[in-house]
Amino acid sequence: MPINYYIFLAIALFSIGVVGVLTRRNAIIIFMCIELMLNSVNLLLVAFSKMHHLAAGATPTTGIDGQLFVFFIMVVAAAEVSVGLAIIVMMYRNIHSVDVNFLNRLKH
Amino acid sequence: MNITQILFWFLSVIAIFSALMVITSKNPVHSVLWLIVTFFAISGHYIVMNAQFLAIVNIIVYAGAIMVLFLHVFMLIDLRANTEPQQNRWIKIAGGIAGGSLMLVMIAALRNVDIKAQDAGINTNNIGLIKNLGRELFTTYVIPFELSSVLFLSAMVGAVVLGKKD
Amino acid sequence: MKNALQLAYLIPLFPLLGFLLNGLGRKYFSKSLIGTIGSGAILASFAVSLWVFFQVKSGNTHVAHYFNFISVGDLKIPFAFQIDQLSSLFLLIITGIGFLIHLYSTAYMHDEKPEHFGRYFAYLNLFVFSMLLLVMGANFVIMFIGWEGVGLCSYLLIGFWFRKEEYNKAASKAFIMNRIGDLAFLIALFWLINKTGTVTFLEVFSAESLSKLSDRDITVITALLFVGATGKSAQIPLYTWLPDAMAGPTPVSALIHAATMVTAGIYMIARSNVLYSMAPAVMTVIAIVGLATALLAATIALKQNDIKKVLAYSTVSQLGYMFLALGTGSYVAAVFHVMTHAFFKALMFLGSGSVIHAMGGEQDIRKMGGLSKYMKITNITFLVGCLAIAGIPGLSGFFSKDEILAGAFATSPVFYAIGLFTALLTAFYMFRLYATTFRGSFRGTHEQEHHLHESPAAMTIPLIVLAVLSIVGGYVGVPEFIAAGAHSLKDFLYPVFEPSYKILQEHHVSHETEWGLTIGSTIAILAVVIYAWTRFSKKPDLAEPQGLGKVLANKWYVDEIYDAVIVKPLNKLGALLNNIVETKVIDGIVNGVGRLVNYGGRQLRWVQSGQVGLYVLLMVLSMIVIFVLQFFFRK
Repeated sequence: MPINYYIFLAIALFSIGVVGVLTRRNAIIIFMCIELMLNSVNLLLVAFSKMHHLAAGATPTTGIDGQLFVFFIMVVAAAEVSVGLAIIVMMYRNIHSVDVNFLNRLKH
Repeated sequence: MNITQILFWFLSVIAIFSALMVITSKNPVHSVLWLIVTFFAISGHYIVMNAQFLAIVNIIVYAGAIMVLFLHVFMLIDLRANTEPQQNRWIKIAGGIAGGSLMLVMIAALRNVDIKAQDAGINTNNIGLIKNLGRELFTTYVIPFELSSVLFLSAMVGAVVLGKKD
Repeated sequence: MKNALQLAYLIPLFPLLGFLLNGLGRKYFSKSLIGTIGSGAILASFAVSLWVFFQVKSGNTHVAHYFNFISVGDLKIPFAFQIDQLSSLFLLIITGIGFLIHLYSTAYMHDEKPEHFGRYFAYLNLFVFSMLLLVMGANFVIMFIGWEGVGLCSYLLIGFWFRKEEYNKAASKAFIMNRIGDLAFLIALFWLINKTGTVTFLEVFSAESLSKLSDRDITVITALLFVGATGKSAQIPLYTWLPDAMAGPTPVSALIHAATMVTAGIYMIARSNVLYSMAPAVMTVIAIVGLATALLAATIALKQNDIKKVLAYSTVSQLGYMFLALGTGSYVAAVFHVMTHAFFKALMFLGSGSVIHAMGGEQDIRKMGGLSKYMKITNITFLVGCLAIAGIPGLSGFFSKDEILAGAFATSPVFYAIGLFTALLTAFYMFRLYATTFRGSFRGTHEQEHHLHESPAAMTIPLIVLAVLSIVGGYVGVPEFIAAGAHSLKDFLYPVFEPSYKILQEHHVSHETEWGLTIGSTIAILAVVIYAWTRFSKKPDLAEPQGLGKVLANKWYVDEIYDAVIVKPLNKLGALLNNIVETKVIDGIVNGVGRLVNYGGRQLRWVQSGQVGLYVLLMVLSMIVIFVLQFFFRK
């Protein structure tokens, strides 16, 4: 498949994630949108990894770094989700809401 | 149109549609479920690109673990569709326009970009197989791999500390 | 095999250690320990200097390279010591006299509290360290470090009794005057680096680097270096700090402001003699400035009544002599005079310290008189010093002064005439000082008379040693016309000044003329000495001076002129800048900026709503802008 298709697909998913972050007030949904954005980047990385391998083709491991990168992004994402959700739970416990509009203490 | 192209378009449509559903569903639980569908579609893309290991990991970690975690949190904090807070309309429109124009601008910027190979090789090689990835992971990337376990540990500790009633 | 002289770093190391020990431990050490550390450090480096000197004398000169001090681009400035005839001679003078003065100080400063006693010795050791750096450095930069170091120590020691406001002012004056010279020195350095790309002596004075310098470059560099030297060595127009520097403890005056630091300028010019020999115009300027300084200071000294002030002006005058020698190309004579002057001027300062000590801090010679009865050793040694500085045959001052005058005569008889006149003035005021202080009858209070005593051995031993040196020190430089080949100093220093001899054509004066000049000047000096002795022994000059005498007593009003011409206008300018530019313009700008930011902040505050969503929206919009921009600016 042409690499551009994958690029556009990834851009579309990413932009949907951005729109989600911008339009929703629920912290968990925002968080999910961030995951969506991460995944679109992952998809792009895998596509580039394959493309790179095809272009170089010299050694069997060319381009494998891209996929390992995706692997590590997943690792970090998993860790991030665990901490992030803990923060959201704590926030709910304190203000009984997950509405980010109540979180305007940055103003002060 | 051969089978891979059909598969590509099919999976892309599913992914984009379900992603849109994620951000438009009123009920957060539905959002989670749609997100899982998106992840499955992305995993499908991985399989099409012969990145089988990542496809499996994506399903196990994202769809399996992370999304379940999200559901658990919803369960814990008991949100319902009717209590779901809504952004006011203007902000929604502004967000939509901003995101849309971001997409347009990025597509415009990358449309004619000169990439050395114009093709993502599909089903042409086997770098995405567990054997190859694993060998690379445990030789060249063994230190980052081990460090990520430390990261997990600290994330775990952090989550426990944050979640503890004080 | 490594050259044994690589060990030369020991010489400055000892005083540095002494400085650190005394400086850090001054609150915990006893006075005797402090004195032992301070003097011992100098004694140790004197021993090493002696060894180095004999190494050099046996023909072993060496540039000891230790590490790269600065390395920028092509410019490499090594931390290296140059051990040759000139520096080894100065090493001996500095550490030798330095040790005697340290020893003397242990007794002289004994009334200080241990803390201040330790501070004093720490400063003194630091001074010796800096002076050694100055002398040993193998390039202008290391020399400049020492140059600044001695300036700092001079400042610290002049202001040693910092409770007195005027002492602090004297210290500041010395420091600022020195800074003016230092600035010129620095500019000369930069000029040199720019043109030749090196500051190491051997490289700068090599034919290759000299060929890179145009005549104009050499003239400017040497002139600027000379301005630096006028600051450090107290020449017109920057000499006024030296008499005020007498605010410091007397041993400090002896060490810093008579024997060593003030000769730094002479050392520097002697070191760069090749450059100076190539700039005849600057040489002439040096000779004239030196001569003018010598004459001016000598006239001022005629009417001073403070024992240390007389010696201070005499020092300025003698330094002028040395510059005269440098300017007339007789470098050896200059170095020779540095050496003999170090002996007898240190001797006289220490002698005056002994007198002041006995008089309980009194420095006015009008209140002294007849001290020879009470202080035998001080009296005799001081007399030796006076005879030496006056140039009585047989003593060290005679030989060096005679050589300078001979060099001056060879260049121009006018120089000679003024030089001789200055020498007569010198003899006059020195014996006025001696006779007023030690002869006649005591004029102080009864209590002071009761208190008069000879100083302790730690003070008299240095006096005796220096007196012996003042007598015999001249025999290393017996002139050609008295005994051929007896000028061992000249032979010793020959390699240092050899390149200059090739450039300068030697003026030869026949031996008969020299005999004539020497005998004539000696007779004149003797006459003046006897006149001054008899006149001031019987009837000391106690009245307030009138007419020209008053002008002289007020130092030609030079300080007042400087005050009116430089200090007051600068103060006015400062006030102007302070009242108008500072308050209106600069404050206006600063306050305006503040107000603008305040206003802008108030207007921008609504953006910071604390709504994360809004922030993200702004971020996305900015990203869009950046993408669009890169779209337009893409080639």
